[in-house]
Formats: sequence, structure tokens, C-alpha cells
Amino acid sequence: MSLLDVAALDARYGLLQAVRGVTLALGEGEILALVGANGAGKTTLLRSIAGAHRITSGTIAFDGVDVTAMPANRRVAMGIALVPEGRRLFGGMTVEENLKVAGRVRRPGRWNVDAVLDAFPVLRDNYKRRSGDLSGGQQQATAIGRALMTNPRVLLLDEVSLGLSPVAVGMVYESLQTVIASGATIVLVEQDLGRALRIATHVACMLEGNIVLEGRASELTREAVTQAYFGLRRADGGRAS
Amino acid sequence: MWFDQILQGVLLGGYYALLACGLSFMFGVMRIVNLAHGSIAVLSAFVVLSIAEAFHISPFLALVVALPIMAAAGWLLQVTILERSLRSGSLTPLLSTFGLAVVLDNAMFQKFGANTHSLDIGDLAFASWNVTPDIAIGQLALLTFVVAVALLGGLQLFLSRTPLGRAIRATSEDPDTAELVGIDSRRAYAAAAAIAIATVAIAGTFLAMRATFDPYTGPTQLIFAFEAVVIGGTGSLWGTLIGGIALGVAQNIGSQISPQGFLIAGHAVFFVVLAARFFIAGRDPRTLIRALRRAPA
Amino acid sequence: MTPAAAVTVHRWNRASIVTMTALGLLVLVLAFGPAIFGATLTDRMTTLFAYVILAAMWNALAGYAGLVSVGQQAFFGLGAYAAVKLSHGGVEVYLALVLAPLIVGVLSLPLSSFALRLRGGEFAIGMWVFAELMHLLVNLDGLVQGETGTSLIALSSFGPDARRAFNYWVALAVMLALVAAVFFLLRSRTGAAIQAIRDSEEAAASIGVRVMATKRLIFVLAATGCAAAGAITLSTLTTFQPKTYFSVQWTAYMIFMTLVGGLGTFEGPIVGAVIFFIVETVFGAQGVWYLIGLGAAALLFSLFLPRGIWGVLTDRFGIALLPVGYRLRFADATKRTES
Repeated sequence: MSLLDVAALDARYGLLQAVRGVTLALGEGEILALVGANGAGKTTLLRSIAGAHRITSGTIAFDGVDVTAMPANRRVAMGIALVPEGRRLFGGMTVEENLKVAGRVRRPGRWNVDAVLDAFPVLRDNYKRRSGDLSGGQQQATAIGRALMTNPRVLLLDEVSLGLSPVAVGMVYESLQTVIASGATIVLVEQDLGRALRIATHVACMLEGNIVLEGRASELTREAVTQAYFGLRRADGGRAS
Repeated sequence: MWFDQILQGVLLGGYYALLACGLSFMFGVMRIVNLAHGSIAVLSAFVVLSIAEAFHISPFLALVVALPIMAAAGWLLQVTILERSLRSGSLTPLLSTFGLAVVLDNAMFQKFGANTHSLDIGDLAFASWNVTPDIAIGQLALLTFVVAVALLGGLQLFLSRTPLGRAIRATSEDPDTAELVGIDSRRAYAAAAAIAIATVAIAGTFLAMRATFDPYTGPTQLIFAFEAVVIGGTGSLWGTLIGGIALGVAQNIGSQISPQGFLIAGHAVFFVVLAARFFIAGRDPRTLIRALRRAPA
Repeated sequence: MTPAAAVTVHRWNRASIVTMTALGLLVLVLAFGPAIFGATLTDRMTTLFAYVILAAMWNALAGYAGLVSVGQQAFFGLGAYAAVKLSHGGVEVYLALVLAPLIVGVLSLPLSSFALRLRGGEFAIGMWVFAELMHLLVNLDGLVQGETGTSLIALSSFGPDARRAFNYWVALAVMLALVAAVFFLLRSRTGAAIQAIRDSEEAAASIGVRVMATKRLIFVLAATGCAAAGAITLSTLTTFQPKTYFSVQWTAYMIFMTLVGGLGTFEGPIVGAVIFFIVETVFGAQGVWYLIGLGAAALLFSLFLPRGIWGVLTDRFGIALLPVGYRLRFADATKRTES
């Protein structure tokens, strides 16, 4: 049985129908890379799963429980955590406070302040600094650490490398390996296709609000994904547009 | 003589800081200027007075009973009025809290009449320590000052050190993201409102102990509280203490100049501080520093 | 057919032309008011005109410039005070009543550069503090003698009927002038700017709207209008007691009228003023319960009907009696938008 089940999900972003009837299932321990061009609906889908975006129709079930009508904070308590695009740290608070404020509703699990600092050593040196004063990479590490503090059963990562220097991206992904090694279940939205495919067990490609291609990362060729990415191939293998 | 006026002004400032505490807290956390603030202080005074008279207990004990009642009222205020009005824009809370103030003032008039009231605290109202033969410090005034400092300091500690305080700060910075780290932002705001109104209850009790009050005392108290907040810099709790002291000192010095000078000087300081803020904000700080350096030492 | 050709821009429609004609007739009838109405009603109508002014001015501030002021009683009081001072200084009394608001308007100009830098709640209470300060300073005037006050003695040179009629005509003329000023302001290029500011100040600034100049225009207009209402009220009461005129109650009335009628609509505040006038006539004697009702109405309208009665009517029936906005008429005549 899958951990996360999304069925026939529709969501609007402003006037745009951003997500159209998306259905997907995620099993425990899977790492799903959600790829697609800008505006394909990836962020809206991720935010809908986290409860940060109001959906128009469809259902979201987590661990067999229908969470469709649940506010975001209760989904966190059930084990869904989103690292939002743009990090959205509490800039006036220190790294310590950012971590601890999330740890307030901690579920039992392996993540606590020490575990986060071990996984992201860069945070140790900046523990008492205002998060708003940190560099982009340090902020991203704080944002991921903050989400881990809730001991999620599924971690939703939205564009964690956006706007970071290559060195910082390397640092963030290196730390993510520790998280993955801990057996985490992850949905990852990432512009860098190569990087996404390297760590993913599964891939779903979105185009104009639909999932047009999905499968195991090992079974999909890079070329197939690229074609779907640009709308050159439909999942049903039908017409190219 | 002047020293005494300034000293008494500082002590009076303690009362203003106490009064402004809840207004400052609510503005800092929820960005709401609560126009019913003064009326709620007076309402608290009536609640404490009613409890003290009904059970024949000391006002301080009555305050202890009133605190949870007023905190619950603050919670209710948030979930029934403020939450809804915040959703329809930044100006709506002004309109709805103004309407609430009109309702409260007149409802209190309906219930308690036009007579002035005060809380009976026995000798404490007059007792004082003589520092020098000319200078006396009122015990109630000093107690008010100490309570104000303790409350402001306590709130500061609460916000920075406790889990609930951090949750409130996170919600204040970004309610949507607070939800994403598991904080119920509605409850965090409601808790903040409950705390804010509980501090207003303390202020209202001291209002009723140090002077007489009537159902229409609220608006004046709102203005004093607001002046303290603005003079000290909006959103900063310690600034509120400084602002209260500046207001108290200005009023006491003004009262030496003319009978109306008490209020006029207070309002004047308020506008001078605002004008100075705009003057400084309108200029490049570096030019200002250079200008200060050039000034003869 | 190109889309551009399918759309025509209309300011006037049949309803608004009919309304304007009806309004013209109404004004004509009102002009003969003192001859038609009895003494009491003439006085009450004068008061109603003052209410319409107050509501229209507060709406211009809050509904169009986004400035919620709790201190408009400052100008109300200053208008009455200036009229007393001018008359005392030898100016013909009705000239004084008309000049006073203009003087207050000019004086509000320097104040505006200060006040308009305040934001939201700061502006709201800042204006209230200003009103309190003006009240205290006016009290210091030897002519006013603190809260004792003074009266507009020069009015007694007219007989009661003549005075009543003059008061009425001055109030009617001033009200029409001020309401027309708001009307033409909203129809002008500035009007488009005003609506842009209400929607988003940053966006308005970015498309080249001079936000500050536009807000200042409204601030000065509102100050002048509230001062005029103060002068009109002085003409009916004849006595000037600072406490009465500088009371925050006037702002409470303005907020009630605007919220109930419809904040941010042109017609709403006028409707609100009429409603307030009726409510006051019927329930005014209830004293404190009446005031509780006013406060509760303001509270409930702000929460549940933020666009007021008129806003609900226009939203539901699509009526707009006065052509303040533009309407685009599509060739298929099904879609319509208003600016």
C-alpha cells in the first residue's frame, strides 16, 4: 500500500488551471523526482499536497487517511513536510529558533537539533545567527533542517537549488544524501534534470498541469524524460504535438 | 523642583508603558492597531471592580480572578472580530475595532452609569517614601513602574525563550509558512490576543487604582498608550517603556507651564518625535553622520 | 471584426441620464425648501446636508485614498472656530461661514505633507491626536474661554425665519458644491489615478500616478468639507462649545454613514447619510442604546458587508445611477466592466 495517494487532483493558480486531474502514488522509501518546465504545475501540486494551496477537486490520502480537508499544520503533524520554494525562513529568528519552532510539534523520530546539525554541518557555525543574514546555501540548509525537525514521513522539496551558487548546490545535495540514507520518502521538484535523476528512484514529468510520463528512474531513458519535458511525447505514447 | 517633576514624570511613564504594553504587543504581532484598546482597559477596570465588590476581596486578588476572564475575552475578540477583519485588508481592523469601542463605551455607560469609580486600595493610594525632604516617591507609582518593567521584560522573554512565544513570532513573520512547520496560525494569533488583552486587564486595574474612571475614559487612555508606542518606535517593547517615560516627563513639565500644558506638551512631544523620524528617514544616514562629525565637538 | 471595433466606451447610460434629470429636478425643489418645509423640517434638512458632506468627505478619504482617519473632527471644529473668529473680527456672518472652510482647507495643506507620511493605524490615531491638540489650543483662545465657549452673535441680526432660510441655502449650496467636487474629481484623470491608488499604491506609482499629489488633493478636500460641515452646524446651533465640535463622535457618525451606505462607492455615503438622518430622527431619543446600535452597525458592516448597502445593490442589480466610472459595452452586449 502506498504512503501518499493523490487522485484526480485539480487546482487553480490564479486564473490558470495549474494542475489537471493528477493522480499519483508514492510508496514508503521512494524518491520521486517531479520534473517539468516552468509553469507545468509542479509547485502547485507540491503545495496542494502540503495543504498550502486550496484545491478545486480531487482527494489526497496519506497513510490511508483522507487529508484533503485538513489544514497544513495538521498534515505536518501526520508527517507531511514541505520545504517551500524560496525557502521562506523566519528571517528575524535565528537558525536555532527556526529549527526549534518547527520541532514544537515533533513527531517521534530520528531528527532532532543534533541530528540536523550533524547532517548540515554548516548550520553548526551559524546556529545563533539571524537566518535572514545567512547566505543562500546556508538558508536552504536551514529550511531543509527546519522541515526535518518535524520528523516527516514524506519530505516535499521545492526547487532547493534555485538561486544558489554551484558550490552551495553541491553542499545541499551532499547533505541530502544523509537524509536519503536515513530512509526518507521524498518528492523532489528540481530544474536540474541530471541531478534529479541521479538521486530519484521514480520520475514523473509534468506538462501543462498533467503528468505526461512516469515510471522508475532506472527504466526511463534520459531522452524519454527530456522529450516529455518539452511536450514532444505523451505518456499514452500518442500524438506528439 | 525640576528634578522632582522629571522623577514623577518617569514614574508616570511607567503607567503609560503598562497601558501601552498590550497595544504594542498586538501591533507587533498582528499588525493591528486596536482602537478599542482604551475601552477594553476601562472594561477590565469595571470587571475587577465588580469582582472586588461582589466578593469583598482586595483589588489585587480580584485582578487574579479577572485575568483569565479577560484573556478569554481576548481569545474571543481574535476569533470573532480581528481574524475576519484582517482577511479583508489592513484598514478593516481599524473600522471594526472603532465600532467595537463605541459599543463598549456606551454599553458600559448603560450598565454602570455616568458616575466615576475607583478601586479602593486603602493606604497604598497615598503612601510614599521620602527620598529627601522635598522629594517623595509614591508607593503605588513605583509599584506601577515595577509592574510595567516586569511585564515588558516578561513578554520579551516569553517571545524569545518559550515554544509558544517562538510560534507566535513565526506566525507574525509569515502565517502561511508557520502552518508548514506545524503551527496552527489561528491558535497562535488567538493566544497572542489573549495575552495582549490580559496585559490590558493589568493596565486597567492600575488605571482604576491610581485615579477615578468612568465609561468614557477609554479613548483618552488609547491616545496615551498610542503616543507611548509611537514615541518609543512601533513594535518594540522596550521602546514602549522609553516612549511612556518620554510622554510622562513631557506632560509633567508641561503642567508646570500652564494648566492645559499637561496634555498639550504630551501631544507636542508625540508630533515632534514623528517629525524627527521623518526628517531622519528622509535623509541618507551617511550624510547625517558626516554632518554630526563636522559639528564642533 | 476586430475586438477593438466591438467595444464602445460609455460613461452615460439611460439610467444615469434619467437619474441626472431627476436629481436636477430634486435640487430645484430643494432650492425652494424653506418655502415648502415647515420651520423644524427646514432646520433638520440643513443638518442632513451637513451629514451628507461629512459622509462624502470621509468616504473620499477612506474609500478612495485608503486613509482611515479618526480625527476629522479636527477640521469640523476648526471650521466652526474659524467662522466664529472671522465674524468676531468683523466679517459679514454668512461670508464668514463660507470663508472659514476655505481657510481651514488652506491650512490643511502644510499638515498634509506631514500626515500623509503616516501609515494605516498611525494615520488614524495621529489625526485623532491632532484633533485633541487643536481642541486644547482653541480652548486657550480668550474669545472661546475654555470649555465655556462662545456664540455666533452676529446671526442674531437676522430674524429667525430669514436665518433659517439662509442657513438652509448655504448648507444646500455648499453640499452641492462639495458633492459635485467629489463627482468631478472621480471622473477626471485624477479619478482614474485615485482608483488605481485604492487598488494598489505601489502599482499606481509604477504606472506613473503621482500618489502623493493625489492623496494630498483628497486630504485637503476632505479637510475643507468637514470644516464646511462644522460651519453649517455652527449656523444651526449658533453656540460654539469646543467640546461639542471637537468630539470624536463626529467621526463615529462619518464612519457609520460611510460603512452602512457603502465605502468606496460614490452614491453610498449619500444613502448612508440619509439612513443615519432617519435613524437619528427615530431613535436619537433612545440615548445610549442608539449609540450602541450605531457602533454595532459599524462593526457588523465592516465585517460582513464591507461595501455597504449601496455596494450590495450595485453588485446584485448592476445599477450605477451616476456615471462616475466608464463602462465598456461589448458588441454582444453581455459583458460589462467598469473602471
